[in-house]
Amino acid sequence: MASDLPASARPASVVFYNDPRVRSIAYQVALCAVVVVLIYGAASNAIENLARARIASGFGFWDQTAGFDISQTLIEYSSRSSTYGRAFWVGLLNTLLVAGIGIVLATILGFVVGISRLSSNWLLAKVAGCYVEIVRNLPLLLQLLFWYNAVLKALPDIRDSLSIGGRVFINNRGLFLPTPIFKDGFGGAEIALLVGIVGAIAYRLWARKQQERTGRQAPVLWMMLALVIGLPLATFTLSGAPLGFEFPQAGRFNITGGTEVLPEFVALLFGLTIYTAAFIAEVVRAGILAVSRGQSEAAFSLGLRPGPTLRLIVVPQAMRVIIPPLTSQYLNLTKNSSLAVAIGYPDLVQVFTGTVLNQTGQAVEVVAITMLVYLVISLATSVLMNIYNSRMALKER
Amino acid sequence: MTMAEGDLAVTELAFVRHTTIAPRPPPAMMTGALGWLRANLLSSPFNIAITILIGLLMAWAIPEIVKFLIIDAVWAGHDREACLESVQHRAIGACWPFVWERLPYFIYGSYPISERWRVDIFFVMLAVGVVWLLWLNAPRRDLGALYFFLILPVTSFILLTGWSAIGLRPVDTVLWGGVLVTIVVAAVGIVCSLPLGILLALGRRSRMPTVRLLSVIFIEFVRGVPLVTVLFMASVMLPLFIPEQWSPDKLVRALVGIALFASAYMAEVVRAGLQAIPKGQYEGAMAVGLRYAQMMRLVVLPQALKVTIPNIVNTYIGLFKDTTLVFIVGIFDLLRTIEVARIDPKWATPVTSTTGYAVAAIFYLVFCYGMSRYARAMEARLTRGDRR
Repeated sequence: MASDLPASARPASVVFYNDPRVRSIAYQVALCAVVVVLIYGAASNAIENLARARIASGFGFWDQTAGFDISQTLIEYSSRSSTYGRAFWVGLLNTLLVAGIGIVLATILGFVVGISRLSSNWLLAKVAGCYVEIVRNLPLLLQLLFWYNAVLKALPDIRDSLSIGGRVFINNRGLFLPTPIFKDGFGGAEIALLVGIVGAIAYRLWARKQQERTGRQAPVLWMMLALVIGLPLATFTLSGAPLGFEFPQAGRFNITGGTEVLPEFVALLFGLTIYTAAFIAEVVRAGILAVSRGQSEAAFSLGLRPGPTLRLIVVPQAMRVIIPPLTSQYLNLTKNSSLAVAIGYPDLVQVFTGTVLNQTGQAVEVVAITMLVYLVISLATSVLMNIYNSRMALKER
Repeated sequence: MTMAEGDLAVTELAFVRHTTIAPRPPPAMMTGALGWLRANLLSSPFNIAITILIGLLMAWAIPEIVKFLIIDAVWAGHDREACLESVQHRAIGACWPFVWERLPYFIYGSYPISERWRVDIFFVMLAVGVVWLLWLNAPRRDLGALYFFLILPVTSFILLTGWSAIGLRPVDTVLWGGVLVTIVVAAVGIVCSLPLGILLALGRRSRMPTVRLLSVIFIEFVRGVPLVTVLFMASVMLPLFIPEQWSPDKLVRALVGIALFASAYMAEVVRAGLQAIPKGQYEGAMAVGLRYAQMMRLVVLPQALKVTIPNIVNTYIGLFKDTTLVFIVGIFDLLRTIEVARIDPKWATPVTSTTGYAVAAIFYLVFCYGMSRYARAMEARLTRGDRR
């Protein structure tokens, strides 16, 4: 083809080293060579250094007995018989526990504060603004240390525990709650709850269809509350309240029985929730401001009151703007839970990158596994949120 | 017809006012302080309830804070006795003599006392550089950039670590601490992360697949893991990858970790700025015969960086807060010096911890809030230019 063109239209011939394609390939080859050399150098150094320090490599340590205690274990674990692998799962579950509860609480607090900042109540808006400015501008680590050392560790010791009705105890060793004991027949209430949830979802679907067909609104909220809360409660009462509690007993030096919540856990949860909520509040505020004023004005002129306007008009549109940054805040919270190591909550980093690394000395494997876990959590959350986001996104032609 | 009737009606009236009545003032409840109160605090029963609730909360909290920090605070003393309720027989607030005595430690760490003037000079030089760069109407800001990114790092390195040849006694980084370390870590992060971030952002938008792939892997990997693990990696894995005789000291390892971490976040900020530049700018630059480096340096980057200045400053705020994490790998930054000082038996009182944390909070709040105000002012200035 090119040869058919007159000579003047053909691209001027260039020296080969000025040809963009040749240059691009040369650059890339050079870059690859540098990377390979770096990796090779690092690996050979690592092998040499490890051999000199007599540190084993490979993942053999996974099945060795750990031999250390962990203060909070969601799955069975004992220092004598459990392996490092088991310790890893304990740490991971502790991380997921604090991150999961933290995400729920931070979302609630964040939405409340974010909406408060836009409130017509001057005082409320200012207080919410101060909260956001102060919390966002203080390092999370400082906040965690404050909650742990200055607040929770300053609580009275075990002999002078604060108690709520003699059933719940709070002291500097933690929060002691009654443990529920499920007696026979409690299954009925559980089944009722399940039926209630399924029924509520079905009712909501039916109500929406009904509204689309006839325009009439069904009392969805009350019906759902009745199904989800009322039905199990009724079953529970009718079957003779088959639920008991094991209450913590205050002794002279110890509190026995009940469920113990570690102060480290409470401090971490407080810190993460309060810190992340400030960022979520900003995300929510930006999202609501992104919905144009005309939308709420139109809703008001149709006669909707402020509550339904917010619920039916503003929030659904704001959610599209809110969800992507909200996801990254959730990920930040999960990653920030690794600061647990500073106050001694046994999360993945504290258990695995802390104790296991110190005992085995296998830095490369341990750090690599830890990083991989966080990467997987990050990627999985991104994928899930992207799916949700694409469902929420504006349906355009 | 109707017109005639109308005319008739007017002429038949006994009295017609020819002057307009002066408008009446709005009801007292709608204007002034009362009106403001009504509109902003008491507009509905719900709002009244909230106002009362917050009012009660503030009436309780603000006096408590003032009492702790000022009224009940102890201002003079030599050891814990001064701040003990059982000794003083009165309510005790913040224990300021503790802070006063430990202030040199909070600022310099264990830096030798005879050499602390070097740290003071470093602080002054840094302040000059920061003002020169941030004050947009300052003279010769190009020289300022040269000073900040080249002269300052080299001179402060010599000044702080020492150089026997010119008579400065070497000071091991183990002795560094407090505000000095916090500032050094933050400054190194700030100075390194921008150029590295720009390189990574350009790499991610490059047309060469290898460059793009490597940049994406680095950025996404670092952004996907917590800073704590990056610091652990830097402090325990880095020494393994480097021949033993070159093994860097603890502070340098943490600095590498912080710089790499910050540059990945910076890369995404810069990339957003690059994406905001219309394609025509690139094409225009290429059409006038600029090479890639010239195009980026003269046409694209100045515009891209300008629109991202607020985001860059926000990243710096995050970086400044994140410097506290070097605490975890055993470096004595401000927070760690406070942690060490507060458990010292000499000052062991129930209020010592809270006092120490209050000092740290004020320090970080002043710096971070200052930066965020600056970012907001820049944003206002930039959008003003665009509005025209």
